[in-house]
Parts: sequence; structure tokens; C-alpha cells
Amino acid sequence: MAIISNAVTIADAGAFSVNLGSQVLIKTLTASSDSTLSFVNGSSNVVLDSTYPIYLFKFINIHAQTNAKSLMVNFSDDTSSHSYNLTKTTTLFYAYHTESGSSSALAYLPNEDLAQSTAAAEIIREIGNSNDDSGSGYMYLFNPSSTTFAKHFIARASVTQPSLAEDVHSTGYVNTTAAVTAVQFSMASGNIDSGTFKLYGIKDS
Amino acid sequence: MGLISNGTTLLDAGALDSGVATGAMTLIKTLTASSDGTLSFVHGASSVVFDGTYKEYIFKFINMHASTDNSEAQEFEFNVSIDGGSNYNVAKTTTTFRSGHNETDTTTQLSYVGSYDLAQGTGFQGLTEGDGIDNDQSCSGTIHIYNPADTTFVKHYMSNFNVYRHNNFSANWYTAGYANTTSAVNAIRFKYLGGNIDSGTIKMYGIK
Repeated sequence: MAIISNAVTIADAGAFSVNLGSQVLIKTLTASSDSTLSFVNGSSNVVLDSTYPIYLFKFINIHAQTNAKSLMVNFSDDTSSHSYNLTKTTTLFYAYHTESGSSSALAYLPNEDLAQSTAAAEIIREIGNSNDDSGSGYMYLFNPSSTTFAKHFIARASVTQPSLAEDVHSTGYVNTTAAVTAVQFSMASGNIDSGTFKLYGIKDS
Repeated sequence: MGLISNGTTLLDAGALDSGVATGAMTLIKTLTASSDGTLSFVHGASSVVFDGTYKEYIFKFINMHASTDNSEAQEFEFNVSIDGGSNYNVAKTTTTFRSGHNETDTTTQLSYVGSYDLAQGTGFQGLTEGDGIDNDQSCSGTIHIYNPADTTFVKHYMSNFNVYRHNNFSANWYTAGYANTTSAVNAIRFKYLGGNIDSGTIKMYGIK
């Protein structure tokens, strides 16, 4: 870090450092009727490699263009032209409660998980597309650059559908020992109408 | 905080403290397993801070891998101490539930796991179950410990792990509960139920 005052460099050369905390914002993407949003290591200032042992994605007010469509995630291990098609096994369960109080449940959703599938994994399910509907939450991705272990991810989101609140828990592993180099988000169908995606690195030291 | 460049003090006397954002999450300590029976974070030892400095501590676990016991009974587990790590035997009451799904798509699970909770038990609390020991199998996750130095309240914790199990399931484990003591908790220990921690990284953070 340099200190520059009125275009005059007062101190430089990395000779001092300030502890800026262990959670470092890497990149923010803002959706605007996008079919996909991708975080690709080495592209657009994105870091998704061994720099950090844990990466944290935050989803803020993700709004679907098409009603009741889910936010999906997939991963790539390519180093250039990325294909998002890595094998995953996942679990997904949710709790919900209607605004009227007439219905609630805690349930596993066997049709919304993946078993060694290369398809995108659901992380925020069936987001409503009314103006005030959206989904917000997070996803941890552990050690994506490992070439030994499968890559664990843990996601949780709070979702609003018309007159309904959901708490969605989606976790699993990307079953590859190759380094994961990119992460892509999309809707199950239709575009990501709006919303903010933030990528943080959790520091190693 | 002073501002020092190449050994020369440019500013000092805390003049920068109010103006430089230093972040709310501070890495305290990293432990890397290498066939260790246990890994412990003890306040005051090896630069570990685990007292009233922070109201919340977060432990992150990256690819914890057991050395042996590739079975249903294997679990990654923890206990806490109120005597600086001499004894890890604080009474705890806890809850545990999990979801699971296998690679062949023949089984799914979502259930409370009554055999993994504690009712004033002083033993280690399981954070996972059935961890696999194939080369690419492991578990990763997080524990939050709240206000361990408090001498009024019991000490709450919450954890969430994803596990690549021995029988090729992905399992999502949740446990939460409290260490039922009004003494300050000042150490925490992690281990596998059977065998050593073959490899893995545990990182301890304080939340300002």
C-alpha cells in the first residue's frame, strides 16, 4: 500500500502494511437481466485460486425474471475457455412458512439435489418475481485450488415467494481433484433480473 | 498504530487508528494437522487469544481428513476446557440434525440424529459422522463460539459441516448447543473419534 498526498508519494514499496481484516472483498457483480454471471480466476480482477483457502459468495436480493425459478451454480476446472460442467453430489432441504400461517414444513427435496451430475446445482430455490420478492444468502467454497480433495460448498438462503418465506440449505461437493477455477450463477430458466453477487476471500494468514 | 516505512517512523501516537478500516474479522491462529491425535487452541499458548478480547470466535475447517476408521462410527468432534486445557470435559447440551444424499441417488436423508446429541454430557461433541478416508474425501465447515470469557451465561456454539462420507454420501451436518458453565471457556480441542487427524487446516478468527 502506498500513501499518496496531492499526487506526491509519501511512502511506498510495501514497506509497511495495515491489517485490513481477514475477509477481503474480491469482486462485486451486479445483475441486470443477465443469463449468467461468472467469477473466473484471472479475469476482471477475480482471484479464485490458492490465494485464499476459503471463498465466500454473498447473494443480495437476487430477483428472478421468471417466477419461481431457482438460482443455480456450476463450476469449471478449465483454465481458458470455461465449461461449467463438473460432477457434483449435493443435498438440499428447506423450511417454509406462509404469511397466513396456514402452512409450514421442514423437508428434504429429493428432486432438487444432484447425484454425480454435471448439471447446475440449486442454491436459492424458486424465487418469486413480484417486485418485492428476492433471495439472499451465502455460499462458502472450500479450498477450490486443491488437487487432492473434492471441493466442499455450503450454501444457505432466505427466499421470498409470493406470501411465503423459505430457508434453503444446499451443500455438497464438486467431485473433482482438479482445481476449480471458475464459478457461474444462472437461473433455472430465464434471466437473473437483478441482484448483487459479492465474492470474498478468507485470508490464509 | 504507527506508520513505519523502511524502518522510519512517519506517523505515530495512534493518529491513524480512527481513520483506517482494519476489518472486523481477525485471523488469530492456524493449525495444520499432520497425523495429530488432537489439535487444541489454548488461550495464552502459541499466540492464541481466546478470552474476552472478542465476543465471537469462528473456527474454519478445511479438508479435515482422518487417518483411519473408514466407518459409520467415525466422527470429527470437539470439546472445551475451563482450566487452560488441562481437562476437556465441560458439560454440554446439544442438538444435531443432518441431510444426506448418496452418489448413486438411491438414498436421501433429513433427520434429527438423537445418537449424536448430548444431554449434559461431558464427552466430545460430534460435528460430523462417517467421514471417509479415501484420498479425495474430507470434511469442511465452521464453528461459531459466542462470548467464551463470560462468567454470567452459558456458552453457545453453532456448527455446520459438509462431509464426503465413507459410503460416498454428501452429508450436511448441523449441531448447536451450549457448554453449561458460567466459568470462562479458555481452550478448545478437536480430534477424530478414531485414529489421528491425518491432514487438514483449522483457522481461528476473532470477530471484533
